Amino acid sequence: MSAIEAPATTAAVRVLDVVRRFGDRTVLHELDLVIDRSEFVVLLGPSGCGKSTLLRLLAGLDLPDGGTVEVPRERAIVFQGDRLLPWQKVWRNVTIGLSGSGARQRALDVLGEVGLADRANAWPKTLSGGEAQRVALARALVTEPDLVLLDEPFSALDAITRLHMHDLVRELHRRHGAAMLLVTHDVAEAIGLADRILVMNEGRIGSSYSVCLSEEDRRSSQAREDLRGRLLADLGLAGRR
Amino acid sequence: MTAVLEKPLPTAPRSLEVERFVARAAHRSPVRRLLSRLRWPLGIYTTPAVIVLAWELASRIGLLAENTAPAPTRILHAGYELYQRGELVPSVVISLERAGAGLALGLAVGVTAGVLGGLLRSGEYLFNGVVQILHTIPLLAILPLMIVWFGIDELTKVLLISFGAALPMYLNLFAAIRGVDQRLVEMARSAGASRFRQVARVLLPGALPGFLVGLRFALAYSVLGLVAAELVNADRGIGFLISRAQTYQQTDQVFFGLMIYAVLGLLADQFVRILERVLLSWRPGFEAS
Repeated sequence: MSAIEAPATTAAVRVLDVVRRFGDRTVLHELDLVIDRSEFVVLLGPSGCGKSTLLRLLAGLDLPDGGTVEVPRERAIVFQGDRLLPWQKVWRNVTIGLSGSGARQRALDVLGEVGLADRANAWPKTLSGGEAQRVALARALVTEPDLVLLDEPFSALDAITRLHMHDLVRELHRRHGAAMLLVTHDVAEAIGLADRILVMNEGRIGSSYSVCLSEEDRRSSQAREDLRGRLLADLGLAGRR
Repeated sequence: MTAVLEKPLPTAPRSLEVERFVARAAHRSPVRRLLSRLRWPLGIYTTPAVIVLAWELASRIGLLAENTAPAPTRILHAGYELYQRGELVPSVVISLERAGAGLALGLAVGVTAGVLGGLLRSGEYLFNGVVQILHTIPLLAILPLMIVWFGIDELTKVLLISFGAALPMYLNLFAAIRGVDQRLVEMARSAGASRFRQVARVLLPGALPGFLVGLRFALAYSVLGLVAAELVNADRGIGFLISRAQTYQQTDQVFFGLMIYAVLGLLADQFVRILERVLLSWRPGFEAS
């Protein structure tokens, strides 16, 4: 990896011709992807299609076998599990990537944004699943990243908690303005959150849909149903409602 | 044979068996509470206490010979005599000094090597082979060699104890650092934590449970090394008291010396237990009923 001056464009992420193989299995197949600044992109695909592999490349946790990946230096990941350090209090977990004086205050501010200001001094073992994942969100946002990567962050949560988390993530995206890439296999989640939905297929971006719906229309409207039908068809689930 | 008409099966549903759970205080009479407290009045020391009582009883009624296994009260009395003759306290002090010096040296080496080996690939290559080889050699078997090398003075004793302490500390600490959940390490790295912070906030705290296991083994082995070193050649210390008592066939003093070693081991274990309770309060605890 090398540090280069970012070109004066609106793109936060540029992925060009990226190839990633594991043994003789090619998981990413000359994949291209551009994400604008402040854009909320949802990457949809069946399990095993390479979503998480792409996310790890963008996070810098893995290197491609071919092509180039260009991402902002300030980025953060929210993993599938909360990955909190059980031996650190909640606010210390939030400041893991933050140093200097005022780190604690920053952590308390962000914990307030996710509605957990009163749990700052709690041990992670006392948190519920939803609370723990909110701490993980706070930990990602505390460094004011330009790109937030979310790897199926809500898949382990119950349906009601998940809906609350969607509202929270939309609100946080509006307030922080970071580009966000969320990986999921939940079509409703994709429609609920995305500016743009990408469907991944066989190691490539198969199709792309811009979503310009109001919040109510995202919940129920004819346009929502049409989009849902097309996404399901792209996922090979045509005819299911 | 006459055909018997089968009775139709009863159509009424099987009666439902019910379990009822109520608050603990409600169904416990004072008698039962007293009984449950009496069941293990001394916690884990209930069994040893019962054994000692049975021992005392067996001695009193003449089941155990005076010379083979004197009664616990007589052993304590022998200890009191040693104390009055002014031999007990200096002996315990010199033994503790040896154990302390050996432990300090052994733990320093074990912890340093363990951290380096756990954190660095080159540290692993540097230490692991040597430690694995040394670990297969019984502690007591190297004593003759150490006497040849370092003489029969304090140095040999301290080195033997530190040898016993360093090896388990290294092995446990190494395994504990390597065993820290890699997903947490990855999280810290992706969150932008510096290498130093990854070590200080993730790897070392994550290895703490394993470190405490190593500490427990190190303390136990150091007592073992202390006994071995003192029994072979010493002119002072608990081991000296024991071997002298053996020479004059004072079995009660032998037992008293052994008792001191046992108490030292127990105290060491309790110390680590307290450390665990304080340092590992973050851990989702497991409590057996």
